[in-house]
Amino acid sequence: MAATLAYDDVEVGTELPAQTFPVTRATLVRYAGASGDFNPIHWNEKFAREVGLPDVIAHGMFTMASAARVVTDWAGDPGAVVEYGVRFTKPVVVPNDDQGAVVEVSAKVAAKLDDRQVRVDLTAMCAGQKVLGMARAVVRLA
Amino acid sequence: MALDQSFVGRSYPPTAAYEVGREKIREFAEAIGDENPVYTDPEAAKALGHPDVIAPPTFPFAITFKAAGLVVQDPELGLDYSRVVHGDQKFAYTRPVRAGDRLTVTSTIEAIKSLAGNDILDVRGEVHDESGEHVVTAWTKLVARAADTGTESGEA
Repeated sequence: MAATLAYDDVEVGTELPAQTFPVTRATLVRYAGASGDFNPIHWNEKFAREVGLPDVIAHGMFTMASAARVVTDWAGDPGAVVEYGVRFTKPVVVPNDDQGAVVEVSAKVAAKLDDRQVRVDLTAMCAGQKVLGMARAVVRLA
Repeated sequence: MALDQSFVGRSYPPTAAYEVGREKIREFAEAIGDENPVYTDPEAAKALGHPDVIAPPTFPFAITFKAAGLVVQDPELGLDYSRVVHGDQKFAYTRPVRAGDRLTVTSTIEAIKSLAGNDILDVRGEVHDESGEHVVTAWTKLVARAADTGTESGEA
């Protein structure tokens, strides 16, 4: 679709503006409702521990959605995303307190492709660990 | 227990149409904290060349995962859903999902593997609109963790 950012203005290595995303238990309840994913590991501490998790964990798709914003805010049109994929390497553990967890996302242009497309590689960190692996988006620029 | 390899390549019938509503997109965008007006304001969407508000890039998962439920809960396959976490996720878009779409999903099992006691299932969901045009394909890797192991990978 119509990205507002021009392909010619972007180089390999161009860094996208980084963003941080707070995640609390309330965030997860809200995401569960909106997405229809009511798996209790995202809201029930007792259940999460019973299946071997350290605590309630964020929906991977919530983390993936947050990371996407670094790309869509930069490109100008979310409809310009051609491909987007991630591997969920570590869970985002969300304690039951006022702070919750914070996911920090940075990204840079890794390759310029044909057809005015670029590949963006993303890094998402939480509590000092990479929570996404192979996180890549292909975006068609103007 | 290892899953039956004969399920690889199996496709499930297309789901009933899911009608994408503006308010559902708004609710989803708010839940991910994304204030981009292209998700909520039809005029902002039109200014970017979209006929109506579009959905965030990860929105299609809500539809494809529901469709994958047919696969995951297929009693013949025998996956232990209580131990399933999300391993990988990928989307390839022909165009963004938008309000007014009536979408169907066709799920196919692409691969079944067993690794260190974990059952790993790759499911592809092809999403088409009412006119039969391709909108997005979603690839989902699900990992049914072996009992009594830690939480080394996966999300949920």
